[in-house]
Amino acid sequence: MGVKLLLDKAHIEGIRYYDAYRKNGGYTAVEKAFKTMNPEAIVEEVKKSGLRGRGGAGFPTGMKWSFIAKPEGIPRHLICNADESEPGTFKDRYLMEFIPHLLIEGLIISSYALGSNVTYIYIRGEYAWIPDILEQAIHEARANGWLGKNILGSGFDCEIYVHRGAGAYICGEETALIESLEGKRGNPRIKPPFPALKGVWDRPTVVNNVETLAAVVPVINIGGEAYAKIGVGRSAGTKLISACGNINKPGVYEIDMTISVEEFIYSDEYCGGIAKGKRLKACIPGGSSVPILPANLLLKTAKGETRYMNYESLSDGGFATGSMMGSGGFIVLDEDQCVVKHTYTLARFYRHESCGQCSPCREGTLWMDKILKNIETGKGKKTDIDLLWDVQRRIEGNTICPLGDAAAWPVAAAIRHFRDEFEWHVNHPQECLVRNFGLAHYADPREVVA
Amino acid sequence: MKFSEEKLKKVNEIIARYPEGKQKSALLPVLHMAQEQLGWLSTEAMDYVASLLNLEPIEVYEVATFYSMYNLKPIGKYLFEVCQTGPCMIKGSDDIVAYIGDKLGIRPGETTSDGLFTLKTVECLGACGYAPMMQLGKHYKEHLTKEKVDAIIEECRKNAAINN
Repeated sequence: MGVKLLLDKAHIEGIRYYDAYRKNGGYTAVEKAFKTMNPEAIVEEVKKSGLRGRGGAGFPTGMKWSFIAKPEGIPRHLICNADESEPGTFKDRYLMEFIPHLLIEGLIISSYALGSNVTYIYIRGEYAWIPDILEQAIHEARANGWLGKNILGSGFDCEIYVHRGAGAYICGEETALIESLEGKRGNPRIKPPFPALKGVWDRPTVVNNVETLAAVVPVINIGGEAYAKIGVGRSAGTKLISACGNINKPGVYEIDMTISVEEFIYSDEYCGGIAKGKRLKACIPGGSSVPILPANLLLKTAKGETRYMNYESLSDGGFATGSMMGSGGFIVLDEDQCVVKHTYTLARFYRHESCGQCSPCREGTLWMDKILKNIETGKGKKTDIDLLWDVQRRIEGNTICPLGDAAAWPVAAAIRHFRDEFEWHVNHPQECLVRNFGLAHYADPREVVA
Repeated sequence: MKFSEEKLKKVNEIIARYPEGKQKSALLPVLHMAQEQLGWLSTEAMDYVASLLNLEPIEVYEVATFYSMYNLKPIGKYLFEVCQTGPCMIKGSDDIVAYIGDKLGIRPGETTSDGLFTLKTVECLGACGYAPMMQLGKHYKEHLTKEKVDAIIEECRKNAAINN
């Protein structure tokens, strides 16, 4: 069993409610922070912990916090990004639904550290039942003196409000989220200025992911140094992985980033192996926008070393032979799955979610969707594969926000690693409608008979 | 359309969450309220929301047309929003969409002639580990099978009959 810091109490009955949460050590981090630390000390502790943003980018949280501007007389805001929408990712939902007080506790400490008297949770609109759970937890926290005026006699006031989105993946991008919170379309802003300087209502703003803010609780409880020792190198602490696809045990798992990908997929503690006794074909290890890897490159790096479930190891080899930790959305494809079709659904997703502001993304996602649909349905031409490569290449790096990159990467990786599957589709327009390409040479090397 | 006194109180509560003069921030939540009441967002409803928040109607239209959850046309009493993105697709969402469509005699985007059901395909709803799935009103229906779909449709019909 690896170390658990976030989900260690998830199994306790009634943990969703205040009494059970408090009885099992809840809100001790708030007590410690407010009674023994000042805001600067909390920021320092988070820096020491090596905690990195858990939404996907992996940017050091303490550093992000230290960027916030503190102009005299202008309020600052912390916003919790609960717009979880990256295909394959459903970990924040789990946290909010089952241990909401952990997030509220993290938000109180983080608000204190940043000087945010009014903090917002921006939650995706489709999670329509979760605001009630969060508002109940906020109500309980306030009733017990953890929120409101002069918290624990510190002189610090804090309110937390839940703000529901209305269906837009782009609002997970922090400046689009800010626009949306202002009651506008979710069009990302040009940076700079960064939100730390001019965020919501032009005030200094920090936007952090749900899991990141929840992780502040164990950071304060055990101390930054102890937190940094869990995991390996710059992959400090624990990470929630939401595993889905063709595995025996889909669900949300907390890992301490020292386990191998192989152990994560095959051990009974985690995914429990590939469902129905099938073989592993491919995996998208960090949410739909990170590169897909064939089994042989997933379990071992190109150098033949074991690949581990952490930031550095998953990205070993760059985009040529590696992928990314991303949001921790772990999508497993078995031998019966068609990479072309799967990539097509992702391209369709990004086309649907492009805000339309930048031409390369708006037009490019449209064309990737069209071309992939043609190839998938046996109407593709040989030249389409190169055309598709060309389109994705012209999106990447040419847009205001990372949605363009996020749309281009999965297409690029699919062509890079599964080009023969694309070619087979083009060359077998009838056959590709009734069966898939199979495993070819992608399979788990442990299972390939010499 | 108009909100009741109670709902207007709620609107003011929502406005108070944001700084003074920034009532535009209440737009998404108030549009949700309007849609809950009417089932969709008519021009009249959007104009009403604009008047409540002191906005130009165009400010409301441009937002309502951006977000996928706002219905700009009337929909059936029960809206089946079936996810079809990668993780749901590999767990058989295509079959679920086809099955619902055949059973109700509609295609995605259409509403049954009795006005009870609308079928819609949507992109990732964050339930990938519990696929295939759909959103029905405020909640998710997960681990869908044909039998489960049958039961859901049956339940909707029963509820509709009771409410009539």
